[in-house]
Formats: sequence, C-alpha cells, structure tokens
Amino acid sequence: MFIIGERINGMFKDVAKAIKEGDKAIIQDLARQQMEAGADALDVNVGPAPEEPLRAMEWLVTTIGEVTDAPLAIDTTKFEIMESGLKLCKSKGIINSTSGDKEKLDRLLPLARKYNASIIGLTMNKSGIPQDAQSRAEIAAQIVTSAQEQGLAMSDLYIDAVILPVNVAQDHSREVLETIRQCKLLCDPPPRTILGLSNVSQKTLDRSLVNRTYLAMAVASGLDAAIVDPLDKDLMNSMITAELLMGKQIYCDNYLQAYRKK
Amino acid sequence: MEKATEKWASKVNEVVIGATQKEGGTRSSLIKIGGATTLPFLHFEGVIPNPPAIAMEVWDIEPDDWPAVLKEPFRDTLGDPVEWAKKCVDEYGADLLCLRLASTHPDIKNNSAQDAAATVKKVLEAVSVPLIIIGCNQAEKDTEIIPAVSEAARGENCLVGIAVEANYKTITAACQSDGHSIIAESPIDINLAKQLNILISDMGFSPEKIIMHPATGALGYGLEYTYSIMERSRLAALQGDKMMSMPMVNFVGQEVWRVKEAKTSEQEVPEWGPIASRGPLWEVTTSVSYLQAGADILVMCHPKAVESVRKTIVDLMKKE
Repeated sequence: MFIIGERINGMFKDVAKAIKEGDKAIIQDLARQQMEAGADALDVNVGPAPEEPLRAMEWLVTTIGEVTDAPLAIDTTKFEIMESGLKLCKSKGIINSTSGDKEKLDRLLPLARKYNASIIGLTMNKSGIPQDAQSRAEIAAQIVTSAQEQGLAMSDLYIDAVILPVNVAQDHSREVLETIRQCKLLCDPPPRTILGLSNVSQKTLDRSLVNRTYLAMAVASGLDAAIVDPLDKDLMNSMITAELLMGKQIYCDNYLQAYRKK
Repeated sequence: MEKATEKWASKVNEVVIGATQKEGGTRSSLIKIGGATTLPFLHFEGVIPNPPAIAMEVWDIEPDDWPAVLKEPFRDTLGDPVEWAKKCVDEYGADLLCLRLASTHPDIKNNSAQDAAATVKKVLEAVSVPLIIIGCNQAEKDTEIIPAVSEAARGENCLVGIAVEANYKTITAACQSDGHSIIAESPIDINLAKQLNILISDMGFSPEKIIMHPATGALGYGLEYTYSIMERSRLAALQGDKMMSMPMVNFVGQEVWRVKEAKTSEQEVPEWGPIASRGPLWEVTTSVSYLQAGADILVMCHPKAVESVRKTIVDLMKKE
C-alpha cells in the first residue's frame, strides 16, 4: 500500500498555526513522524486560512524538503499554487487532484508530464459526485483515456473514487468499493486506485474504527494507495493485516514488524 | 514471438564472503553472490551480476558414513582438514570451501570449542580462499563452539552457521562481533524463514549479511518442497520484501550422499548402473535443480559433480 500522510494540512490547528507563525519545527516534526510511521509520501495542503496561499505552499514544500526526500502530494485546487509546489518538490510530485472535467484534465495532465509527477483523478465532475459505481467508473474511464492521450504512464495515475461520510451518504461506501474493483478492468496495465480515507468517518463517534475497517475492506477490493493519518497505529496495523490476508506479504509471526522494515 | 518480461521492484541482496588484506583479512580472493534483479538466469529480463558459487565440503574428521566412491577422491587427506582443504583448492579448483566441524558433535568425538577454533586457524593459514564454517549441526553444541570458531576467524568475513531458532542469539552475537555473515536455517517453511530473518536482524545484525538455508532435500527426497519455497522466497525478494531478500544456500552434498541411490553398490542393485557415476550424477541433478530454484551457493562434495555443475553455471550465465 502506498501511504500518503495527510497530517500536513492547514485544516489542522497545529499546521495552521505553524503556517501563520512560520514555525518550521512543527511542520518538520510532522513530516518526520509520518515517514517514520510508514508514510511513503506526504500530502501538503495550506488549508483555508492563509492570506497568501501560494507563498504558504512554497514555504511548506521547502520546509518539508529540508528534512525528507519523500514524494509530496500538492493538495490544492489552484493551478498556480499547484505548479509552484511541483517546481519546489525535491523528488516526485503528486498532483492532488483533478476532477473528470475536460478543462481541468487539459491543464493538469500536461502539468504532470512537465514535472514528471503522478496525478490523482477524482471520479467527479461539475455535476457532482455520482451516486453509483457505474457512473463513477465512467468518469474514471474518461480520465484514463485523457491520461493515455497525454502519454501519462498508468503507474502515475491514481483514481480516487471519492468516499463520502458514512453518516450522510451511507450507500456510497459500497459503491466506492465496487468502483475500485471496476477501475482494475479499465485497461491493462490498469491505473492505480487511491482513497482519501478519512472523509468516510467525518463527524462519526469513533473515527479511527470507521477508518480502519473501511481501509481493510478497500484493501480487499484491490486498493493500491490511501491518504491517511499514518500516526494512527491501529489503522496502519489493520492495513498491514488486510494486505497480509490478501497475500501481499509472506506471513511470519512478526509480520507487522516485517512490513515496517521495508 | 514477443518475450513476456516482468519488471521487478527490487533485488536480491548482494553478499561478499571473504576479506583480502584491503578489507582487513588474509584471503587472496573474494566470493560475491546475489544481486540479481530477476529470476534465475533470465538474462533478457534483468541483471544477474554474480554467478552462483560452489563451496566444496571439508570435514575436520574422516566421515564414517561416506561411501567409497566419495572417499576415493580425497584419500590420503581424510581426517586431515588442512590437506583436504589444500586438495580441494589445488587439485579440484575450489574457490570457496565449507569447513564442517563434525568432530565436535557429542555423538561423534565431542571435540571442544578450542579444538574447533584451532582447526579453523590451521585451515585459514593453509588455504587463501574464503571460508564457510559450520558447526556440527547440533543446535546446543554449536552455541558452544561457534563463538570460539568465529573469534578464531575474526576479520576474515566468513559465512558462519548454522543459526536455527533454538540458537540464533548466540550465533548472531558471535558473527556480529567478529564481522562474519550468517546462515539462517529454517525447516522448509517460508514463514519460519522470514521470522528467523526478523529475529536475527532485530539483534542489530545487518539483513545484508544473512544467507538463508531453506533446508535442502535431495532429488527424490523432497527436493520439490524446498524448490517451491525457494521460488516463493525469490519472488518475494524481487517484489521488495526486505526480510526475504537474502541469498540462499543449499547443502546438496550432505543430503545426496546419504540417499540409497548414491550409496548402494552395483552388486546389490545392478540395474541402477555403475556406482562410480551414479552418486555424482545424483549430486549434479540435485544441484542444477536448485540453481533453477534460485540457489546462490551450493555446498557440494564430489569433485566430478562439482566440475560438471561448474560448467553448467558457466553455460547458464551466458547471455545468449
């Protein structure tokens, strides 16, 4: 499982405060902790607060780059901020994200090619998030086709079937799992699949339990990557165990430890 | 026809056995194994930087259960590990030896750790090729002798063993302090193999200095069980499982020369053909099978078998 750590996001109070005060230590600690906890890449989102979001993104990317070479997922809806973030990435950048709308794909896919970045494609468009797997898969197919036309390798395309909170859109959890399965049939080699997991548990009482249970189910459906909080040890253990049960790792008594040695 | 190739994410660890003066030892050459980025001999798919190595067995006593056909090539030297080692190197062209300290076994001579250490020193002085050193394969006794043996070979970067679940702590600590690589053995069980690798590396021992022995079965005696375990191990290594990325060793000679097909005289079973070639052929066939399963080191006995497998390796390493 390719894990993208979600903690460096201005939605979190500590990160918002660090951005505001230019406190590098908080950001760098979060970067290090997430990498140590098993993240393969880090999401970077300035959040809603900063007056100068472009400068905030540049500061975050540079600050993180001082302590790790990990790939960074530049998480923004603004094209200019996306490009300035990608420019400063020390290793691979990940565009987080594009929708299935043509005008977005036409701008962001060439950007991915230009910076040799991966890109996350959400199965949604101007009309919103589809109700069922079929419609989600149709948008995924459009994204795949556009990516192929632009010459992007399927290993650089992550389809995110967009999970909604279970307390408001319960039917979606099943449909998203089905979408993950269908994405694997779109082409050969297929695109990768990803989930911004924590959305599933928004405003639920035991978020960690909902997150880790759903992650295990998604692993069983063939999920390749997830944006999660890697500092949630129970969640990481569930993911590792789910992958073990799917035969992705050879069993041994200390398999949790073995995974973390990778 | 198009060749279907696979692009693997990772590779087998590369391990060096031996240390020349430059590395603080006294060997005149080194043996490098592992490092492959593909399955055995698929040169069109990946890189195989090092050929599999063959180590010839040298015992510290005369083996009492070897058939005459196996004793014959070493006559005059049996019981004298120094002369035996020299013969392997000078006459049979060995570039790696496996010194087996069988005399320390409680049921054989129960020789002491000091005796064993002295033997190791003498052999290291007599020959300059790298050494694999193993105890008597009795877990408890090996914990007594390996620390002394390991210290006697300090700085020579030997491959020392055999560590099993029951004794790995002592053997790992010895190898760690004296700079040797280690053989980690598990009973034809991939899960236990991985677990032992974790336990050993948890002691601070570098996973890059572990060689796995998945246990060896002779042809007709469980070869295919080991074979499939080795295949799975190799696939896991190529897929990036760091706790399964170790090169593998097979003790082929030890297994082959105790099966009846290699030992029974032609007077007893005329239809099996001449004993002079039957045993060596059994050893060759077993060895070559393990090469295809992913063996990085074959520990062998009969010089004729060694010669034949050596030629096979040269052929298999040709890229065309």
